[in-house]
Amino acid sequence: MSIAQHRLDAAEHVRPPTEVLLGFARCLRAAGVHVTADRERTYLDAVAAVGLDDPGAVYHAGRATLCGSPADLERHDLVFAEWFGGSRAGTKTRDPMQRPVTRAPLEGEEAQTGTGGDDEEIVKARSSTVEVLRHRDVASLSQAERESLLALYARLRPRAPRRRAHRYARDRRGVVDARRTLRTTLRRMGEPGEVQWRRRATRPRRVVLLIDVSGSMSAYADALVRLAHAYCASEVPTEVFTLGTRLTHITRPLHQRDPDRAVVAAGDAIPDWSGGTRLAEGLKVFLDRWGRRGMARGAVVVVFSDGWERDRPEALGEQVHRLSRVAHRVVWANPHRGRAGYEPVQGGIVAVLPYVDDFVAGHSLAAFEELTEVVARA
Amino acid sequence: MDPRTTFETAPDLAGALGGVGYLAEEALTTVAWLALRLGRPLLMEGEPGTGKTALAEALAEAMDLPLIRLQCYEGIDSSQALYDWDFPRQILHVRALEAASGGGPREVREVEEDLFDERFLLARPVLRALRESPAVLLVDEVDRADDEFEAFLLEVLSTWQVTIPELGPVSAATPPVVVLTSNRTRELHDALKRRCLYHWLEHPGIERELEIVRTRAPEVSADLAEQVVRAVHGIREDRELLKPPGVAETLDWARALHELGTRTLDTATAASTLGVAVKYREDAERVKKALDGMLTP
Repeated sequence: MSIAQHRLDAAEHVRPPTEVLLGFARCLRAAGVHVTADRERTYLDAVAAVGLDDPGAVYHAGRATLCGSPADLERHDLVFAEWFGGSRAGTKTRDPMQRPVTRAPLEGEEAQTGTGGDDEEIVKARSSTVEVLRHRDVASLSQAERESLLALYARLRPRAPRRRAHRYARDRRGVVDARRTLRTTLRRMGEPGEVQWRRRATRPRRVVLLIDVSGSMSAYADALVRLAHAYCASEVPTEVFTLGTRLTHITRPLHQRDPDRAVVAAGDAIPDWSGGTRLAEGLKVFLDRWGRRGMARGAVVVVFSDGWERDRPEALGEQVHRLSRVAHRVVWANPHRGRAGYEPVQGGIVAVLPYVDDFVAGHSLAAFEELTEVVARA
Repeated sequence: MDPRTTFETAPDLAGALGGVGYLAEEALTTVAWLALRLGRPLLMEGEPGTGKTALAEALAEAMDLPLIRLQCYEGIDSSQALYDWDFPRQILHVRALEAASGGGPREVREVEEDLFDERFLLARPVLRALRESPAVLLVDEVDRADDEFEAFLLEVLSTWQVTIPELGPVSAATPPVVVLTSNRTRELHDALKRRCLYHWLEHPGIERELEIVRTRAPEVSADLAEQVVRAVHGIREDRELLKPPGVAETLDWARALHELGTRTLDTATAASTLGVAVKYREDAERVKKALDGMLTP
């Protein structure tokens, strides 16, 4: 049905086109697209410019004025089809399933046995490729527990690693700041005065946290997400992902001030909490979709994982090698390292160690403090 | 000439763009036309090599306007985007004044006013666009710049006016046509996005890409062009590639094969010239393996 027809139908109920279009914009907002009043206005202007008779043009006008990302475009197309009925004016839309998938491909679902797992804890939490989609079970904490946790994490003060910036800042050493020197000279009626100096300023480096939330890490996952929240709440530019059977970007839910709410929101966003693990696949997806494009470039990347890769440790090694080539520094935090008598003999860990700059523990708050130091000095 | 009224309808714009060798899908021409008509900046996102930058060049050529390009990079600031004072010339001027006046009394204020004269001003792209408007301003790879720069852009794009403290405000009589491109290495701020019309550019379909090769590289034989386009599409199907080849790579590859005197594309020539289209070693290995199946139907 064309829009003109829709308008005719609507005319029976005496609905002016503006109302139909605004209704569409509201509907789009309800579908989760960030449609603001100024966007609605631009949309109406755009539709007025292309004319209502051409459904294709109205469709393109909506995409151009109401959307701001590929995800928005997909939602727009779905809502457009619903609102204006069926036809999309013959325009190809991207099938959501054909996107470069974030989900790693599922392998066989054969029963898993701990391969060479003589450590009973590791056997218990053996890795599996069976994708268990399970939202995190938010254990209800008592008020006292909550407060003590808050106090503990408040002790962590993540600091950003610094890099040299492109810009210069006033300094006591460095190169001559000719402009500032001239300005001060002019202020003294041309009398030569003190020479001003400037030096390259520094900027915080981005910190990327990749948290393994698979079954073998379940004991630590909650604490690690809280640590990630501490980073997000600080001044450090941080991006957080979880790795399990899928890669999940949880930076946005973690950017809430209240740690409990943030952790709950992050838990809701993670579909594969305590599921299987496909570490190499997850890292690959991260590098392809985010890391190599810029998020990991020059960043300090911290991977929290026991490196428990089921069958292809060399694939994990390859991905960490790729990561080490784009990142400024790769820090690997393994909670098991904190235990007495730990030896990195696990296949996955052995494969990644050559490409890791720092290998630290990550099992206690003291270890977290040490980790924040390592990151800040990177 | 006001860019807002240059083209009466979107198909007019499509025709004009086609006339300068830029073949655009209907969606893109509609959005570009809307951007011209509403006087809004156009934000283009998409994979590298899909013709985001080329659109700005084509728009400038089609409307016969100067193209002013601002390449963004990390740490770019307003002195590179807007204006700067030519410091060495200012110093020279001060020295010349000293020599000429023979040490006679001169007000510092006067000297200073002299120094911040129009002739010591280095106009950078944004200021040039405002002054020379109507013009096409291309803000390339805006995702590479910092947040502060985005805020600065937002200010200019909403008011079409900048103020130079020493000289006063500069504003554009007709707003320039602004095209922003981004490779999505980071999310742009919503405030900037709201100012702009948004378009996501996909790789073109086989037919459209073939037309592009025919228009942009007419010297390449029709058979070879078709083979190259099909091969590139085959390569792009592989979702595992680090960097799928863009349209620019297709054109380069077709031209390279033509220069080598290739009539038909076979596995050996394809493998030896693959470096033109595929720029990562890992990708090259994958593609070489897949080429056999692609070229021997």
